[in-house]
Amino acid sequence: MKVKVDERGYYGNFGGAYIPEMLYPNMEELRDNYERIMQSEDFQEEFQSLLKDFVGRPTPLYFAKRLSQKYGAKVYLKREDLCHTGAHKVNNTIGQILMAQRLGKKKIIAETGAGQHGVATATVCALMGVECIVYMGAVDMERQKPNVERMRILGAEVRAAESGSKTLKDATNEAMRHWINNPTDTHYIIGSVVGPHPYPEMVARFQSVISEEIRKQLLSHEGTEKPNYVVACVGGGSNAAGAFFHYYDDEDVQLVAVEAAGLGNDSGESAATTVLGKPGVLHGSKTLLMQTEDGQVVEPYSISAGLDYPGIGPVHAHLFETGRAQFYSATDEEAMQAGIELSRLEGIIPAIETAHAFAALDRMTFKPNDIVVINLSGRGDKDLETYIKWGKY
Amino acid sequence: MNRIEQLFNRKSERVLNVYFTAGYPTLNDTVSIMQSLEASGADLIEIGIPFSDPIADGPTIQESNGIALDNGMTLKLLLEQLEGVREKVNIPIILMGYINPIVQYGIEAFCQKCEEVGVDGLILPDLPMFEYLEVYKPLFEKHGLLNIFLITPQTSESRIREIDENSNGFIYMVSSASTTGAKTGISQDQEAYFSRIKEMNLKNPTLIGFGISNKETFDKACENANGAIIGSAFIKAISQEGEVANNINEFIQSVKG
Repeated sequence: MKVKVDERGYYGNFGGAYIPEMLYPNMEELRDNYERIMQSEDFQEEFQSLLKDFVGRPTPLYFAKRLSQKYGAKVYLKREDLCHTGAHKVNNTIGQILMAQRLGKKKIIAETGAGQHGVATATVCALMGVECIVYMGAVDMERQKPNVERMRILGAEVRAAESGSKTLKDATNEAMRHWINNPTDTHYIIGSVVGPHPYPEMVARFQSVISEEIRKQLLSHEGTEKPNYVVACVGGGSNAAGAFFHYYDDEDVQLVAVEAAGLGNDSGESAATTVLGKPGVLHGSKTLLMQTEDGQVVEPYSISAGLDYPGIGPVHAHLFETGRAQFYSATDEEAMQAGIELSRLEGIIPAIETAHAFAALDRMTFKPNDIVVINLSGRGDKDLETYIKWGKY
Repeated sequence: MNRIEQLFNRKSERVLNVYFTAGYPTLNDTVSIMQSLEASGADLIEIGIPFSDPIADGPTIQESNGIALDNGMTLKLLLEQLEGVREKVNIPIILMGYINPIVQYGIEAFCQKCEEVGVDGLILPDLPMFEYLEVYKPLFEKHGLLNIFLITPQTSESRIREIDENSNGFIYMVSSASTTGAKTGISQDQEAYFSRIKEMNLKNPTLIGFGISNKETFDKACENANGAIIGSAFIKAISQEGEVANNINEFIQSVKG
């Protein structure tokens, strides 16, 4: 099966560019130029050099010995938590700031949920000396305080989104409104594989450095480029898209995506889009979407600020519809336990978002020689308060 | 002939189109607001279908959408409320809404119902042109619905031509790069944009929207186009204390002068 975007930005039935006319010139400019810019030698040189020396790539592919013993398989962790700024998000923001510069844009806006994308955006803006405004849900600002402070220290302005559930969806709405009001000199750095074409594809390609490295590193560790499973958590789905990218066509590699089930998928407090959603249009693309019968977007819930998004990227909706990827969902409880388990077994405190991916291991059955790669998308420093409250430490 | 076309055949100047959100301020105001608008001298009515995530709208309309949804407004209910409206209201009716609620209702069923109740046109700001041409246009035509596209100061000349070719009824000229209700007053840059469009001699009439809030801005818009659209300022007017019908009449009179 080929997982490929068509010229209109569709992955099968999902994708496209459902945008008001006010955003059309921006999207047209990006659509007409991103491919050329991305492939230019000068862009690639600067991008690769920053990934290496600023981000710290390649990130290790670490054999997790105690986790392997517990699950009876060879478990490897792709250490995106070791990227500068603490998550995979920076792979994309480095790419997009270079894109913005080449498009002649002077200002940057971004949305953020857990704050990791906001920090990564604030970081690259500081690096390039560009003005940066980050929209963040008021609720998320409260539960991810360390990241709000990091963004401010880096010189970014953090603006609270006070509409709706005051989380990621609303931050995205506010960022889009800002862009509509400032169309000519501003670039919007979207943090996940969502939004109108070409964002989902562009972000996935910046993140595809993850699966590119996994292939090489696994070859030297195991003598094969192909694991049996690649596992990643999914909110919008950028870390999953990055980990899956170079495996789309290897059908013997099982792709496993893990969504946030919040208090449980029947509880009314969940963010598991493939379980609760149906096709719809939000934030510029047609995808699976949690919504009422009348087409109003349902407020999602998860303990993790990065996964409580009511949709998923169109590529993930396509992977789900075609059965190319398996989708699981993990509750708050399961994710928190998995996060603590990883801390105790391997000495790595993961971001709560990432912990959801680990929670899926319990649902899976492995053969002893199975190779499992989990994308350890981010570190848990920002989540200490939530861990402390949850575990009563 | 469609009522919008009839209107522009009859009247090519100072056409006043007024937007309000269905289900706001209270759930069952829809038809009575329309009656008051017609009685007060509005030429066109644009009814907003409330949506949870109206990204092209500023705070005023966004808030009215939220309140309308809290009041229990749905697209299904709106279309039910409009049953029989043609016995009470004669001026053209346009529904404006984001695409998702319409997709969920079912596009064919939606078009059919619009025709039944007497809707004349649609403004769907996030519907892409090629989707419109391939999927929606035949359905709109079958049910006598005109499709109104938006243009902005950033829209290229070639795209304006394309939009003019594929629009009917009128073209919605967004006055500045903004969400609704974001700006008031009209700047020199905007005037330059208005005259640029005027010189293009488009086949469709044009109505200027966004930032039109009172007599002064309405007059200015009418110097540059066939008329104007008022949204946020009208929502504010009907949000005030006092009887809604009186507020509507006072507001419309103050704008038309």
